[in-house]
Amino acid sequence: MTQNGQRTRTLIRGTLSLLATAALYETVARSGFFPAVLLPTIPTVAQTLFAMIADGSMIEHAAFTLYRVLFGFALAVVVGLPLGILMARFQRIENFFLPLISALMPIPSFALVPLFMLWFGIGNLTTILIVLYAATFPMVFNTWSGVRSVNPLWLRAAGAMGADENSLFWKVIIPGASPFIITGMRQAFLRSWIAVVGAEMIAASDWGLGWVIFDAKEFLNADIMLAALIVIGGIGFAFERLMFGSLERATVQRWGMSRVAKG
Amino acid sequence: MQDAATIAVAGAPENAASGRLRLIGRNAFPFLVVGGIWEIVAWAGVFPHRLFPPLEEVALSFVQLTISGVLLHHTIETVLRLLSGFALAAIFGVIIGVLMGRSRRAEDILLPLVSIFAPIPGLAYAPLFLLWFGLGDVSAVLLVGFVSMFPIIFNSWTGVKAVKEIWVRSAQSMGADDRRMFSHVILPGALPYILTGMRLGLAQAWRILVAVEMLAAVPWGLGWLIFGARKFLNTDVMLAGIVVIAVIGLMLEKLVFQKIENYTVVRWGMITS
Repeated sequence: MTQNGQRTRTLIRGTLSLLATAALYETVARSGFFPAVLLPTIPTVAQTLFAMIADGSMIEHAAFTLYRVLFGFALAVVVGLPLGILMARFQRIENFFLPLISALMPIPSFALVPLFMLWFGIGNLTTILIVLYAATFPMVFNTWSGVRSVNPLWLRAAGAMGADENSLFWKVIIPGASPFIITGMRQAFLRSWIAVVGAEMIAASDWGLGWVIFDAKEFLNADIMLAALIVIGGIGFAFERLMFGSLERATVQRWGMSRVAKG
Repeated sequence: MQDAATIAVAGAPENAASGRLRLIGRNAFPFLVVGGIWEIVAWAGVFPHRLFPPLEEVALSFVQLTISGVLLHHTIETVLRLLSGFALAAIFGVIIGVLMGRSRRAEDILLPLVSIFAPIPGLAYAPLFLLWFGLGDVSAVLLVGFVSMFPIIFNSWTGVKAVKEIWVRSAQSMGADDRRMFSHVILPGALPYILTGMRLGLAQAWRILVAVEMLAAVPWGLGWLIFGARKFLNTDVMLAGIVVIAVIGLMLEKLVFQKIENYTVVRWGMITS
């Protein structure tokens, strides 16, 4: 009963806080204290958002952004997963790649945008490569530490039961490392999502949610900016919660290993 | 037996020295390979010389920029912006996070707001901040502070909630008042989390700052150096700037935070380094 009451109170307070914030914003926006172009009212933003969805332009921008981020992310998984596994299994490969990775990792992906613009021009290729760069490192690092941290007891037990190299790899190492691998994917996607918005802003092509925001600044269209922000937040949230959340539930939690991985 | 021990001791320093040498060699080898490939590609003329300069030209422009003091000026401005943005984030982040951890009411009110604003990529706010606060330092610092505040809030909040119930109760039964409870139990207990949050926040601030400097048209700053060099096809200047950015990023991680952790939480025995 008290538990239930507490939860209701949390819900009420949360809703009240959101409503109060919205009301405060609305009051400031309507007070005329700031120019209306800079601080559009909430109905204006909603109207812009619906209009852009209705005429398809927002969907097209979102589609371009999603294409870039998913392409880059998929490439990062294709590169990072095998590299991480190889690094963990073979000392020589680890010796070669670890120093390089440690040197490249502290470079923020945005610092490379101007360089990539010179090399690869403006548009899809640059953006995808920036996403690839941003997403590869978390992928490699987590896979590497995941494979290394597979419980040696499991390896020995499987070996004692006569598992050959092949089944040892697929049946023990990969499932054992999977919490780390999924955490790596999650981090990699988060990084990709940040990178794609930034890369679209700086390496302005003519489609994409990041570009919409940046372009709207030139025309003082704060309502378009806020509408695009809502879409960016919504898509990021959907991927984070729905995709990776359900992936985790379907694999790691079902195997009862969720406590092994650390965020 | 005795002999073997003496020999081992006598041989140890030499072994350690050659071991260290081998370690250095092993770490340097990949860079030599990559550098060699870079040189070959640069000299082979596969790409235009201006776009793909050989390493000695990058080194030369690095030295020139350093001697003329231009690089130093850019670096100082960037670091100042980073520190002021991060200071804002640390102060407000810890206050908000601790408040959320201590008071149920604050948690209920603030958590929905924080969870709405946190998942949006920081740079997406940049044009909005530029529109509201104008081009230049104010926007850059505020944006860096705003964006890096979220990891600090989340971690301080979790940290305060993760303080062991038994510590709180034993302090209570020993008659600690609220203030002592806070400064002697809650704060030290939550510190490992708060430090992790600050570390994440600083890394985030660093990533965002480089991009913000490109967008906010600040007169000095490493991000601006790289972005501006693009217009004149000065790839060597760009690469020199990227090297400085990498070194600062590495130093922030290794020197600043590992030191702080060693002095506080590791010394108190709360985590093993």
